[in-house]
Amino acid sequence: MAIFVDDSTKVVVQGITGRDGGFHTKEMLEYGTKIVAGVTPGRGGQTFDDKVPVYDTVKDAVSEHGVNTSVIFVPPFGAAGAIYEAADAGCKLIICITEGVPTVDMVKVMPYLEERGVRLIGPNCPGMLAPGIAKLGILPASIVKEGPVGLVSRSGTLTYEVVYQLTAAGLGQTTCLGIGGDPVIGTTFLDSIKAFNEDPKTEAFVMIGEIGGDAEEQAAEYIKANVKKPVVSFIAGQTAPPGKRMGHAGAIVSGGTGTAAEKRKVLEAAGIPVADRPMDIVPKLQEIWKR
Amino acid sequence: MNIHEYQAKEIFTSFGLPVPGGNVATTADEAVTLAEKYGMPVMVKCQVLTGGRGKAGGIKFCESIEDVRKNAEAILGMDIKGHTVHKVLITPAVDIESEYYVGMLIDRNTKRVLLMASAEGGVEIEQVAKDTPELIFKAPIDPRYGLLDHEAMDMGMRLCPGDVKKARQLAASMQKLYQAFVHSDASLAEINPFIFTPEGKGLAIDAKVNLDDNAMFRHPGYEALRDLDAEDASERTAREAELSFVKLEGNVGCLVNGAGLAMATMDLVKYYGGQPANFLDIGGSSNPQKVVNALEIILSDKAVKVILFNIFGGITRCDDVAQGILTATESMDINVPIVVRLTGTNEAEGRALLEGTKLHPAETMDEAVEKAIELAG
Repeated sequence: MAIFVDDSTKVVVQGITGRDGGFHTKEMLEYGTKIVAGVTPGRGGQTFDDKVPVYDTVKDAVSEHGVNTSVIFVPPFGAAGAIYEAADAGCKLIICITEGVPTVDMVKVMPYLEERGVRLIGPNCPGMLAPGIAKLGILPASIVKEGPVGLVSRSGTLTYEVVYQLTAAGLGQTTCLGIGGDPVIGTTFLDSIKAFNEDPKTEAFVMIGEIGGDAEEQAAEYIKANVKKPVVSFIAGQTAPPGKRMGHAGAIVSGGTGTAAEKRKVLEAAGIPVADRPMDIVPKLQEIWKR
Repeated sequence: MNIHEYQAKEIFTSFGLPVPGGNVATTADEAVTLAEKYGMPVMVKCQVLTGGRGKAGGIKFCESIEDVRKNAEAILGMDIKGHTVHKVLITPAVDIESEYYVGMLIDRNTKRVLLMASAEGGVEIEQVAKDTPELIFKAPIDPRYGLLDHEAMDMGMRLCPGDVKKARQLAASMQKLYQAFVHSDASLAEINPFIFTPEGKGLAIDAKVNLDDNAMFRHPGYEALRDLDAEDASERTAREAELSFVKLEGNVGCLVNGAGLAMATMDLVKYYGGQPANFLDIGGSSNPQKVVNALEIILSDKAVKVILFNIFGGITRCDDVAQGILTATESMDINVPIVVRLTGTNEAEGRALLEGTKLHPAETMDEAVEKAIELAG
C-alpha cells in the first residue's frame, strides 16, 4: 500500500519524446511502472523506445488504454495546458514535474481540477515513488526500498538525500512524495499528511519543509490534533536572507514571516522534533519510534 | 521581479486605473522642466526598489520651482537602504481628503488571488496587519469569474460606509486592479494609498507591483522594466545564464542542484562554523555549459576560498555534472580547491570521470562540507 497510487495505476507521459521526458520514461519503465502511452502532439502513431505507443492527445491515450494517471514533462508555457488536457480526458492523478510554470496559470487550473475530482502533485516537483508499486516522476529508484516510512517534501534533491539515509538505515518507505516548491501547488503538506495518517502501511513519517508560506505550520496543527504516528521534520533555509527568492518561487521570507526559525518553533511546540541537519533526521525518528 | 512605482503606474494606466500624471527625471533640470509642464504644486518621489521611501526623506512636496530643483538635487544620488536613487518621479500633488489601502497577492492557502483592503491607508500595511488585523478586509477571488461586481461593491461599501459614490469608484478600481494583476502576471499589486480629493475624485497615488519571473516569456516588453542598477552584478550574470543565485558574505562557494538541497547545504556550512558565499541552484537540467557559467560566477567573487559541489542526481545526471566540472576546470584557471560530492543517477559513471583528477571527492554531504571548510582555512 501507498498513498495516492495502487496496482490499478495506468500511466500516460505527456512530453514523452522530449529529452527529460524520454530519459525519465525509460527509468520509470525500468522500475516497472505501468506506462501504457505517451503524448506528444504531432507524434501520434510513433512508438517510444519500441515499447510505448505515442498519441497526439491524452484523450486518445485514455480511450485506447484506460489511462488514469498522467506524468507531465512539457515546457513551462505548455504545462497548464497539459494539466487541463489530462483532467479533461479523465485522468484522476496528475503529476506535473515542470519547473517555472507561471503562478497565475496554476491559480486558474485549480478550480478546474476541483470540479473534476482530480489530484494534482506539483508543479515544480520530483513527483512520487511508491516502492514496489510505481515510480511517477524523477526520484532515483536506486535509493528507495519498500517499508513503513512515509516522506513528504517541498524539495527535490533534498528529498533524495533523506530517502537515501532512510534506506541506508534499513528504513524502507511506503511513499516518497515531493509536492513542489511553487507558491500554488496541487497536493499540500496537509493533504499528504492526512493520507499518511490514514494509510495503514505507513507507521511513521518525515516532513521536509523550507522557508516561505505557512504550510508547515498548518501541518503542525493537524499533526498535534490528529496524528499518533511518529513524525520528524526538517526545515531548509535557516541561513536564507529575507526578501530573496531562494530558487523555488515559493521559498522567500517576506515581511518577517515564513522564516525557518518561526516554522521550527511552531513544529516543536506541536511536539514534532526538528532535525538540525539532514543527517539527524533518521536518528531522531529512531529515537521517538518505539517499534 | 520588482518594478518601480512609475513603471507600476504605467501598467495601472494601461488597465484604466485612475493615476495622476507624471514622468521620471534623471537630473534636476529634467525635474524642473516636468514641474513647469504640470504646474505647482508637485511631488518629487525617489524611484528605488524598497519601502519606507518617505521616512528616508526620498519623497518631497514642492510648492515652487526652486523647491523642485533643490529637492531633486538632494534626492538624486541619495542612498536609501542601500539603494542609490537614479530617477525621481515628478507628479502633480493632489489634495487628500481620505486614504485607503487596496492590495492583491497570491494566497497560497486558498490558491487564489486575495483582495485585501482597508480604510487604514497611507501607512505601512504590515503594521496594520500586526496591530489591528480586523481593520483589513480580505476576499479571495474565484479565477473562474474574476472579481464580480457585487463582491467589489461589498468591499467598497465596507471601506466607505454610507458613501455609494466613493464605494463605486473603489469597486471599479479594484476590478481594474484585478485585471492588471492577472494580465500582467503579477505576484503582488498594491495601491497605498488610494485617495479621494475633497472634490470626491479617487486616485491611485502610489503603486507597487511585483511581476512573476516565471511568466516573463509571455511579456517580452517587461524585460525592459528591469532595473539593472539595482541588481548585484553577479546576480545579473547568473540570471542571464538562467541560474538561480543569491550572493552572500562568506567564503565557501556552493554549487548545488536543487533549491532545497542548496539551502540545506548553506545551513550545513554554517552549522560546521563556516560561511556560505552564495546560494546557487544549477537547476533541473544537466547542461555542462551551465556548470561552467556557475563556476565563473562564483569565482568572480574574490572572497571565495573553496568550491563545494553538492550534487544529488535525479533529473540532473551525475556524469553530465562531472563532465561539466571537468570541462570547466580544464578551460579555466582555478586557484581554489574544489570539493565534489556526487550521488544519485549515473553516480558511478560520474565518479569514474573524476578519477585521477585534482578534485577532492566526498561521499556524504557532511563530509563534503567539513572538508570544504577545512580547505577554506
